Amino acid sequence: MTEPAGESFAVEQTDVLVVGSGFGGAITAYHLAAGGARVVVLERGPWLRSDEFEHDFMLGSSYTRIFDFVVGDGMALLGGNCVGGGSVVYFAAMPRVPSFVFERKGSIGRRMWPATIDRAALDPWYDRVEQALPVSRNDWNTVTYAGGLFAAACARAGHTANPVPAAVDNTLCTNCNWMMAGCRFDAKRSLLLNYLPGAIANGAEIRPLHEVQRIARTDDGGYRVHYNVIHDDDYRLTNGSGAIDAKIVVLAAGAGATPVILQRSEAELGAMPHAVGRYFSGNGERLNTAVIDEDKARDLLGVSRPDGSAFRANQVGKGPCVASWDRLDGSLPEYSRFSLEQLYFPPGFGTILAQVPGPDGPTWFGPEKKELLRRWQSWLTTFTMSEDDNEGEFGAPPPTGNAFRISQQMLGRGPIRYRPTENTLRGWAESDAQVKEIMERDGLATVLPWSNDVVGAYTVHPLASCRIGDDPATSALDDRHELRGHPGIFVTDGSAVPCALTVNPALTIAALAERAVPGIVRAARQRGVAVSYGASLP
Amino acid sequence: MTLEAFADTIVPGEKRFPADRSVAGAASGGGAVVAGAIELLETPAAGVAGGLTDLARMLNEHATAYAREHGRDLDGDVPAFVALAFDDRSALVRALTGPDHPERDGWVALALFSNMAFDTAAHRHTTEAIAEGHVGLATMGFAAPDPDGLWRFPAYSYGRPLADLHPDTTASGSLA
Repeated sequence: MTEPAGESFAVEQTDVLVVGSGFGGAITAYHLAAGGARVVVLERGPWLRSDEFEHDFMLGSSYTRIFDFVVGDGMALLGGNCVGGGSVVYFAAMPRVPSFVFERKGSIGRRMWPATIDRAALDPWYDRVEQALPVSRNDWNTVTYAGGLFAAACARAGHTANPVPAAVDNTLCTNCNWMMAGCRFDAKRSLLLNYLPGAIANGAEIRPLHEVQRIARTDDGGYRVHYNVIHDDDYRLTNGSGAIDAKIVVLAAGAGATPVILQRSEAELGAMPHAVGRYFSGNGERLNTAVIDEDKARDLLGVSRPDGSAFRANQVGKGPCVASWDRLDGSLPEYSRFSLEQLYFPPGFGTILAQVPGPDGPTWFGPEKKELLRRWQSWLTTFTMSEDDNEGEFGAPPPTGNAFRISQQMLGRGPIRYRPTENTLRGWAESDAQVKEIMERDGLATVLPWSNDVVGAYTVHPLASCRIGDDPATSALDDRHELRGHPGIFVTDGSAVPCALTVNPALTIAALAERAVPGIVRAARQRGVAVSYGASLP
Repeated sequence: MTLEAFADTIVPGEKRFPADRSVAGAASGGGAVVAGAIELLETPAAGVAGGLTDLARMLNEHATAYAREHGRDLDGDVPAFVALAFDDRSALVRALTGPDHPERDGWVALALFSNMAFDTAAHRHTTEAIAEGHVGLATMGFAAPDPDGLWRFPAYSYGRPLADLHPDTTASGSLA
């Protein structure tokens, strides 16, 4: 795939170097390889087969090998860390973004999205991704108990509720709810089942445990990408380093890592656009835990299971199946629009931040919290995705990677700083109130939001830290995803998304990556790469 | 003992034996200590083992200062944090993990792993922990796996419409 360069020391060469193998990396790698380019993908995490995805919470199992939890100052980021990236650990909810989101102005007083992108412009790209993964609609027969109970509670409170589109093959799904540890049954349609094998079949080379540190320029106008090789068990350790020269670099390391790589590269590449490492959005995310009164669930909602219980099914399922979209109303003021989605988080992430009313306010530990845990099977978690204010900023990069790693795997301390503005706080408060209105009606449940005092706010959908836009002052990328001032570097991951989306962003990140490919192909051809665009879907 | 008392503050349990000092007995059933918090903290994979001696020392220094400030008499038989009453331990942990405490990273990490020992038994294979009746997973009612060690829930849906759809739902299942 690669060949030595004629320099003082051997540096590999390729046409296109892709950093990261999640949606932004896998989709671009596939099309570029299928079009004839030499493609190398560097992925900092390991490469696991389906039978290596374990049902096990033990440190060192797939659950911690493929997942990253980076705690910053006021914001904690959860994300994938493996070949396939976020698609391997996600819950596979795949709604399209409602039209009004593309008109958002946020804090900058002008449309945040490029003029060339609105819902109608993105729909053909959504179509492609839905076909390739594929995505299908849940119906009421595949909606889990938790989704069903949430839907019934919404209906009783006068709200609509929708089964959400998902990249899950329900004929294979066992409703084990171990999605965050990778899908053992190939029911979840991760990138390991479509774009990545397609890329490999077309000659792309994927190197796991290769963590890109920085990018430099080469004399011929290309780029040299420097990486460390990561120890396969203890990610704090490195097993050497290296570099690869490429004519085109596609950065798709995730919204928590892409800006860090660019910041670290600034000394050699030259000044970065102002928006690199700024305007970070946590997708306005917020969680509430409802504890269901089983008798009330039966009496008020008329639901029952074959074993006679009304609910007691927190553990059963496949992530989010039902969402209530009544507040996704473009006529409402910005920061008042949000979706509510029923969700499951496994113990650990899903329990630690849940609160009980304490003597001096809600608390997340102690005797009352333990009593709450006794009722864990009756928990129902709701997930808010709202409009935040792009108020996150990255500080100075850590020595390597995007975090100072604490544990061998999973847990690290990162440079993100986040202080929610009044706008963001208002959206959270309004969504908390609506969750309460739905779930506490007539005593159906008791509800409290998760604590933000322990790890700050949190997001499973980090976005916008290197975003597209028309305004060079507030966007790092042009509308073709090319980094301003650094031709030949493209960014196609969640960091390119301009703002919070009010829904799960994976489908949109993927659609934007599909949309970016023709422009990347053109840029590659201008740099002498023999590549064409137009391959069929994988 | 000090770290046991910290873990017991996060997920409290009943005393293991009458003279148990580190476990305060603030809740029925086993808590984080019986669940294996110390074992998890000492697991190399957690990455905090090297700092535990310092954290225990600092915790006792904070406890001594807390006792002085609040007029509590500490007996000298046990480390200062262990000598605190349960409510005082809780108040101190709340302060140490608070948003503005300069050392909060260390105390939050200690709290997270104490929780994880109880809620996930992260120092054990989950199937083995369940087979041996791990107190945290049992308290939560975490269901057991199939004989092959994998979870499947064949019954999972109420199987009927339970709400009206949003009127702007499109053919793809999303909103317009």
